[in-house]
Amino acid sequence: MATFGVIVFPGSNCDHDAYHAMKHVMNCEVKFLWHKDTDLSGIDFLIVPGGFSYGDYLRSGAIARFSPIMQEVIKFAEKGGPVMGICNGFQILLEAGLIPGAMMHNHKLRFVCKNINMRCETTNSLFTSGLEKGQVFNIPVSHGEGNYFISDDGLKSLQDNDQVLFRYSDAQGNLTDEANFNGSIDNIAGITNTGRNVLGMMPHPERAMEMILGSEDGKPIFDSILNSLSVA
Amino acid sequence: MYKAKVNVTLRPSILDPKGKATHHALQNLGINQVKKVRIGKFIELDVNADSEAAAKEIVESACAKLLANEVMEDFEIEIN
Repeated sequence: MATFGVIVFPGSNCDHDAYHAMKHVMNCEVKFLWHKDTDLSGIDFLIVPGGFSYGDYLRSGAIARFSPIMQEVIKFAEKGGPVMGICNGFQILLEAGLIPGAMMHNHKLRFVCKNINMRCETTNSLFTSGLEKGQVFNIPVSHGEGNYFISDDGLKSLQDNDQVLFRYSDAQGNLTDEANFNGSIDNIAGITNTGRNVLGMMPHPERAMEMILGSEDGKPIFDSILNSLSVA
Repeated sequence: MYKAKVNVTLRPSILDPKGKATHHALQNLGINQVKKVRIGKFIELDVNADSEAAAKEIVESACAKLLANEVMEDFEIEIN
């Protein structure tokens, strides 16, 4: 059984959600990893959780990116280790250069905290191999800076290499401007790197694991991950 | 000791929602002569270096590594 590591920065606030999701819903081994830790031995899968690491001073994720543990996360990812960054975790992975692009303030400047729909765009990744292309997930978002930006060339390369894993859609799976609540380029909600072992996504699947919390649409994503890890 | 002033601005091609909202507020105040607002960051640094050139090099490295995100931002440095 795979062991998950959840990184804890000062200011992380979804670390316990991720821990609960993996430990109590998915029945996996989970370890918290403090931002000053540098030992990732025994960890098979890393989650960089949501929150406001280091107060998100300067830019979201900009300071967390230089924390001791992130140097190990970068090495782990470069060796092909699977890493999933959710919300602030996505922002940190962008700042670390593990995935391309940058985050800007939501185009209407509001912090958006609600359930949204996102569509699976490809099953070609360890994160989405158990999903269906076009499948729609109703899961929460909670961010002020989730307006994904990348240069035209960068966007084309993401599209050409099938690196967009999730896009904001309506409940029927149509990619509309209304569904793109934060103004992200090309409705992008989640992307992977060219090595396909790093995922960054703004929506919070770890907060949609049990019906008592309103949705269990996040669970198939973690089922997919566990299945991929057991096959690997 | 040198004083460095750094201006970090969004690249011209990038929409600036904060600038737009502020421009809108200025129009509401009747200050219609303002045609455009772009908001950036101003950062002041005290730099210990042997020369102005060395100070500039240190600040450039600080900007490229941390102070600006060159995916979406440009920076300008002034050393005094």
